[in-house]
Formats: sequence, C-alpha cells, structure tokens
Amino acid sequence: MDIFAIQLVNGLSYGFLLFIITCGLSLTFGIMGVLNLAHGSLYMVGAYLALTVTRDIAPSFWAALVIAPILVAVISLIIEFVLLRPTYRLGHLSQVLMTFGLAYIIHDVVRMIWGASIQSLNMPPELSGSVELFGQVFPVYRLAVVGFGLAVAVVLWLLQEKTRWGAIIRAGLTNKEMVSGLGINIKLVFSVVFAIGGLLAGIGGVAAGPVLGLYPSMEFEVLILALVILVVGGLGSIAGTLLASLLVGILDTFGRVMFPEISLIIIFGIMAVVLIVKPTGLLGKQVH
Amino acid sequence: MNATLRRIGLAILLIALCAVPYLVSAYGLSIMTEILIFSVFALSLNILVGYTGLVSLGHAAYFGVGAYTASLVAIHFSNNLFLTLICALIISAIVAFIIGFFCSRVSGFYFLMLTLAFSQMIYGLVYRWGKLTGGDNGLSGVPRPALLGDLLIRTPVQIYYLIFVVFAIVLLVLNILLRSPLGQIFVGIRENEARVRSMGYNTTLYKNLAFVIAGALGGVAGSLYSYFNGFVSPKDVYWTLSGEALIMVLIGGAGTLIGPVLGAAFLVLLETTLSSYTDSWMLIVGATFILFVVFLPKGIVSIGPLLVRILRVPKRRPAPARSAEAQDIKAGIEQNGVGT
Repeated sequence: MDIFAIQLVNGLSYGFLLFIITCGLSLTFGIMGVLNLAHGSLYMVGAYLALTVTRDIAPSFWAALVIAPILVAVISLIIEFVLLRPTYRLGHLSQVLMTFGLAYIIHDVVRMIWGASIQSLNMPPELSGSVELFGQVFPVYRLAVVGFGLAVAVVLWLLQEKTRWGAIIRAGLTNKEMVSGLGINIKLVFSVVFAIGGLLAGIGGVAAGPVLGLYPSMEFEVLILALVILVVGGLGSIAGTLLASLLVGILDTFGRVMFPEISLIIIFGIMAVVLIVKPTGLLGKQVH
Repeated sequence: MNATLRRIGLAILLIALCAVPYLVSAYGLSIMTEILIFSVFALSLNILVGYTGLVSLGHAAYFGVGAYTASLVAIHFSNNLFLTLICALIISAIVAFIIGFFCSRVSGFYFLMLTLAFSQMIYGLVYRWGKLTGGDNGLSGVPRPALLGDLLIRTPVQIYYLIFVVFAIVLLVLNILLRSPLGQIFVGIRENEARVRSMGYNTTLYKNLAFVIAGALGGVAGSLYSYFNGFVSPKDVYWTLSGEALIMVLIGGAGTLIGPVLGAAFLVLLETTLSSYTDSWMLIVGATFILFVVFLPKGIVSIGPLLVRILRVPKRRPAPARSAEAQDIKAGIEQNGVGT
C-alpha cells in the first residue's frame, strides 16, 4: 500500500509533466499542421537553460522557471520565422522532416554547450522536503508538480474557451482557410502558437529538471511519449490530452516498477489499440 | 528516362560494384559492404514510402526481425546461407503481414505513429526476451554463413560478393516489379487511392502486399547485416534506424529506383567520414537534411536532370532556367505532400 500510494503520486506528477509538454505539441500540430519533432528538443533546451540560469545568473529555481521558458519561446519564434515560414508551401511532410533535422542539430548543440554527463537541476529549497498525508510520506516536489500541472490545465482551458485568442485557435483547428478569410492574420497566429508551444515545452523542461534529470537523448524519450499521448488523447481536446497524459504517466511509472520487462510494450500496445479502434483518439475530434 | 539508357546505367553500376574489392582498401571494402546492406534496406522501404505513398517510421522492425532470425537459426540449427536467408525472409514477411494488416487501415500521421508503435513493441520484445535474444547484450559469435556443407563465406571479400549478389538481385527484381502492372497499382495508390479503389482494385489488399514485400526485403537486409557483423543487438531494431532509413530514401530520391541507393551511400559515407573528424555528426547530418528538404526536395537523383536543364538554357535568357527549377521543386512538393 505504501509503495502503491507513492508510485501513484509519482505517476501522476509524471503524467502532469507530460501533459504540459504535450499541450504545446498538440497545439502546433492541430493549428499549423506541423508535427514538430523538435518539440522534445525545446523541452531539453528549457531544462538546460534553467541549469545555466540557476548556476550563473540568478541562483533561484523560480527565476529559472520564468526566464528559461521565455528564452525557449524566443528560440521557437526564431525557428518559426527562419526555418518553418519558408516551408509552409512545401507541404506537411517536408516540415516534419525539417523538424526532424532540427532535432538532430539541437541534440549536438546542447551536448557541445552543456556536455554529455548526467546533470540535475536543484529543487527549490521550499519544496525539497517531504510531507505526511493520510499517514503516508510524500515528496513535496512531486505534489507541487501535480498542483502546478492542474493549474496549467485550468489556465489553458480558460485561455482556449474564454478568450478571443482561444476562439481564434479553436477556429483554426477546425478550418484554417476560413479563419484567414475572416481577416485574421493567420501567419501571426502561427508564430504565436509556435511560441506558446515552445513556452510550454520550456516550462515542462524546467519543472521536470529536478526529478527526471538532464542528459543527452532525454528529448527523444519525452518526444516519443508525447507523440503517444497526442495519438491516444486525440487532437484539439485539452481534456483528452490530460486524460492520456495521466494514463501514460501512471502506466509508465507502474510498468517500470511492476513489469519492467514489458512496460514499453504496454504503452505502445495501448496506442496501437486506440489507433485501430478509434483513430481520432479517446476524446479527439475529427480535425483533418 | 530512356529505357535503354536506364539499363546501360544499371549495368555500369553493377560492373563497377563488381570491381570494388580490387580497387579499395580493406576499410573501404567494409564501408562499401555497409553501403550495399543499407541500400537493400532503403530500397525495401522505398516500396512503401516512394511507390505506395505510405510513410512508415517502423521499418527497423523488419531489419531487426531478419537479423535476429538469421542469427538464431545460424546459432541453433544450421548456418547454411540459404536456410538462414529464407527463414529471415519468411519470418519478417509474416511480421510485416501482421503489422500491415492493422496499419493499412489508417493513413497519414496516424499511419506513421502506428508503424512506430509496432516497431517499438518489437524492440521492447527483443530487448526484454533475454533468454532468446540475449537482451541488451545482443547475440554475439553468430557463425559465418556456409554456402554448401562446410564451404564457409569467411573473408571480407567473400562477404562483400555475397552481399553484392543479393543487392544486384534485389535491384533487378525491383526494376521489373515496380514497372509491372502491380508496381503501377502501387503508384496509383500513392497518387490517388480513392480513384484506384473506384476502378475496382482492393487497395487495402495491395497495401498489405506492399507491406509484405517491403518487410521481407527489409528482413533480407537485416540478415545480410548479421552475416557482415557476426553480431546483432537491440540497436538494430530501434526506431532511430527507421528514421535513418527514411532519411536515406528521401535524400536519395523517393519513388525512384536508384535514389535509395544513392541516399544510403551518401549517408553512410557522411557518417563514416565525419565520425573520424568530429563527434557531432548528428549536427552535420541534421543540417544536410534540412538543406535537402528546402533546396532539393526530390533528392540526389534530381541533381542530374536539374543541371542538364540549367546548362541547356541559352545564356541570353536565364529566366526559363529558374522556372524549370521552380517546376521541379513544385513537382517535388506534390510528391512529398502525399501521405500527410
């Protein structure tokens, strides 16, 4: 029972981290039609930038949580402007391939700047202890990640459902041409959406740094899981992404402990079943 | 392209490859062997990506299944070349049939993800089924293949010729197959599946067939790799290998016969030369890849015709050259756009 409760919290916090990261991926794919295979790389850059911020600029996790994601958003904006914008006329597959190449480049650039050894981001001291709840001892940071993830989910939901920008984004998911026909600058929407995607990846990277660690190829592990969540949850639904994230996060955590032989197979098996039975995902809408 | 010209080109290529062991060093020979193995692999993926328009990111599954099957048969039963090769071919064809049965129901991005999911499941299986596959350590000490009885194919030159013969057979068979009515149906599915279906063809069946052929040849490539290395590891099933094969096909030129061979040669040469100068070959490969996507979407094969067209244009009127190039790029977009 002890182990079960702790693993459940671990799984939930992992799920919420994956949720933050996948939301950005889902947004860019849904609106721009760009399956950004460099999304995991943006997550990695966020984590490493946080490392630099806490070491050299402001020795505080909170400063890093603000500065690093903004820097990642700026980087994504540059990527969108320089690399993606000229390729919108080339078709979706070309963009996917381009971001694949970009992921390769970022992988090596990060390794050159920060080295190949495993590093870790320091937890904020306020959250580094553990707390007793219902007679169980839990690490505070994991609980904080759960709360933070919930907050992000609520904020995203509010942004998407209650604001003008959210309305444009929802409309863009359904019909891009119609949106630009209504006089909305779709290029600007693309840039903003890509920057938001980068911001979310960066936030995910900083939040994951203290628990998952920083190492080369961390981005591909997360990217694969994020793609799985994208498929399982379905496009254009924050609730679907959240459900799938928690499912994958918990399954992965329990799978590693209880059936280490087949944890990977379980997750991909679920994705295969969902794709075959309901190709639009658990809660997704028909988008394309 | 002119049919006679194509035949002459193929003949020259094969004769040149025949002479390779007399022209290059031992190191060069091992690189050439690797190029031929990955050419077979990329050629098999090209049946799906280039001809049928199914962008698969799970082709390493068949490579790995072929490599492990050939090695396990060689270790436990017999190292007869034909036996191991045919077992690898049959088992990977069966695996491809099962995977294709499910994957041909979805398309575009979902197809890509489903092929990835299946190949990663096979990777998980290989990685964890330690008793059979050796787990993380892989299978080492795979016996060399025997031609007949005890006649072993042992030296690097012999291995090269073995792989060359298989490569030549695959290339020639594909040359016939892809221009046959069957190949034309594949191309029809790539261009407009609904129309082909309305003409009365069961496109799902043909997509399954493309899967089985591609998977079986992918398995052959895997078994060749196990002869060459004498060693297989879970790395040979990992999805990065699928990604590399996809890069080879696209850089070389999807939907052309010789494109994947050029792509495989380009990527293997790039990686081997770069890895002796620098650690960051991923950076260079990634940058090269982006340059190809932007400036040469049809791949290496389009360089020749592009140059010819540019040179043929009279000097006084440079404008048509540009439009010819633009048309070329546009054609590439149309081709690349399919499947998403």
